[in-house]
Amino acid sequence: MTSFRDNGMSPYPIELLERLYRQMLRIRLCEESFVQPILDRDILCPCHLYSGQEAVAVGICASLNDSDSVFGTHRSHGHFLAKGCSVKELVAEVYCRDTGCSRGRGGSMHLIDPARGMLGAAPIVAGTISLALGAALAYSIRGENSVAVSFFGDGAAGEGVLYESMNFAALKKLPIIFVCENNFYSTHMPIRDCRVESSIFKIAEPFCMRGVEVDGNDVLKVYEAGNEAVEQCRRGEGPVLIECHTYRFRGHVGPDDNIQGTHTDIRPPEEIQAWFAKDPINRFEDYVLTGKLFDEGMLKRIKHEVAEEIADAHVYAKNSPYPHPEGMAEWVYAPNKPALRRP
Amino acid sequence: MRQLSYSLAINEALHQLMASDPSVFLIGQGVKSPWYVGNTAQDLLERFGENRVIDTPVSENAITGAAVGAAIAGMRAVVVHPRMDFMLYGFDPIINQAANWYFMNGGKACVPVTIWGIVNRGGEQAAQHSQALQSMFAHVPGLKVVMPSTPYDAKGLLVASVRDNNPVMFIDERWLYGKLGDVPEELYEVPLGKGVVRRTGSDVTVVATSYMVPEALTAADELAETSIEAEVIDPRTLKPLDEEIICESVRKTGRLVVVDAAWKTCGFAGEVSALVAENAFDFLKAPIRRVTLPDIPAPASRTLEKAYYPTHHNISTAILSILHR
Repeated sequence: MTSFRDNGMSPYPIELLERLYRQMLRIRLCEESFVQPILDRDILCPCHLYSGQEAVAVGICASLNDSDSVFGTHRSHGHFLAKGCSVKELVAEVYCRDTGCSRGRGGSMHLIDPARGMLGAAPIVAGTISLALGAALAYSIRGENSVAVSFFGDGAAGEGVLYESMNFAALKKLPIIFVCENNFYSTHMPIRDCRVESSIFKIAEPFCMRGVEVDGNDVLKVYEAGNEAVEQCRRGEGPVLIECHTYRFRGHVGPDDNIQGTHTDIRPPEEIQAWFAKDPINRFEDYVLTGKLFDEGMLKRIKHEVAEEIADAHVYAKNSPYPHPEGMAEWVYAPNKPALRRP
Repeated sequence: MRQLSYSLAINEALHQLMASDPSVFLIGQGVKSPWYVGNTAQDLLERFGENRVIDTPVSENAITGAAVGAAIAGMRAVVVHPRMDFMLYGFDPIINQAANWYFMNGGKACVPVTIWGIVNRGGEQAAQHSQALQSMFAHVPGLKVVMPSTPYDAKGLLVASVRDNNPVMFIDERWLYGKLGDVPEELYEVPLGKGVVRRTGSDVTVVATSYMVPEALTAADELAETSIEAEVIDPRTLKPLDEEIICESVRKTGRLVVVDAAWKTCGFAGEVSALVAENAFDFLKAPIRRVTLPDIPAPASRTLEKAYYPTHHNISTAILSILHR
């Protein structure tokens, strides 16, 4: 974890630290709250839980505002919450209710809140990278200084569209941050079986882009890297690639398995234990307690508040109606303004 | 009225759209190059600059996705593929992303992108420089598919496509680029989903798309000399389809020939046939006929090309085969 200054004070404002902690905790407790309903089959929609990777979404999104955009993946509960979107709308969407952020049409893998700059998520690996590229292009055309962030996993580094997108972004100096969450597994397949070179940040080099590698379980390191990248993009000197090393504490999909329902994890137990020891939330708690930035009471208070918020969200979701089949054909096409007069 | 070629009608639509709406931009491979896009992009770069007229490296997947993403982020994007064949790298952003986006996000974000795919065939260009894939796109919910057959429609449908809040496949045909026709000078829309009766007749309904419309009209004129009156319908939009204009005509004529210069199996011609079989079966006096490409990849050699592409002769033969039963 980032070291303290000599005077024992943190270089970060306490409000920022509290926000980082609250957001990470919100994601963790939210993800863990889905485990039992998944096992009980109250939640059927496939959930790719973000537990363990919280520092990445939270660290990056801490430098963004509502006019900056994020595009996510199949594993985007964390991105959605880190971007400041509603816990209730997330939980309701995971339960596929009409009150969810996508009105029960999208489920866990399609999370959106345009007002907050969460412009969408999709489970086609690398499928949203070019969409974020397009958002960055839109900012560039309009002369705005907003930034687009594309979150993707290490598996997406096997897709050609990533390289096409990096080239075009670099060519046009677009304000986009490519954030690779390298959790070392592409579903079941370890990275050593996917790539000859496992350091993904190096793929920036041939495009003359800055590529950086950070400890993705250290929220302050991620925050620093993200903040620097955001500033670089706002100066018109984008794009940037950030590779965050991290690890998912749960299976590829569902609580603890790589193939839903089998309750097996193909990863070595000692590897999983080693990463548990690097839990980003525990590390942050150590940091703030050691530095006497937070006291135990403050941590307890935040935990209590977040736990209540999530419990409320489950109640809200479970009391929400399912979408009515009569409305199934809604939202296939967006409405239009009246046509221009025909001469 | 003022006459303009089909390709310059497209060009004028782009000029007027970009002049009237700063959110409209054009991106794609070869927008600087007449070799790629004919004169459809003429003077756009000079007038609107590199910021809004963006020539790109050969990266169809990312560039199509960028157009889709820009649309999600509030632009009205037009992405051009100078050959539809090249667009297949963009299937993911078109089908998985753009077509589904509005629905799977519960109507929270629409995707006003026009995906312009040019059918550019003939001249011994062979299988990967010739394909007309409108039926594949018309299969997908969330997409709209238009195929203009006249300069008037080329302009009006492009304007309507770009102003539409949904992803629209604008599929034009290089074989029509030199065709002249009346084109109003002002900005106007030909509404998506509205077909047009190109010629009235009482004996048979001919539904034809794109460059088969003029072929169908030629066939109808020839048959008129033997007192056979064909009604020619140009749906203009394949999806959403103006079902009523087709069914109403068949209820009058009792016969249907569908002409689409694309493959037969699971194609648009089959879709129109099924529509009529479901909705106007009791009015049919004869079997439905389809005039399409054979289920064969496009060949190179001129002798094979001549046999491959249907003309007004094939349409006349099809009409006569169901009239003289």
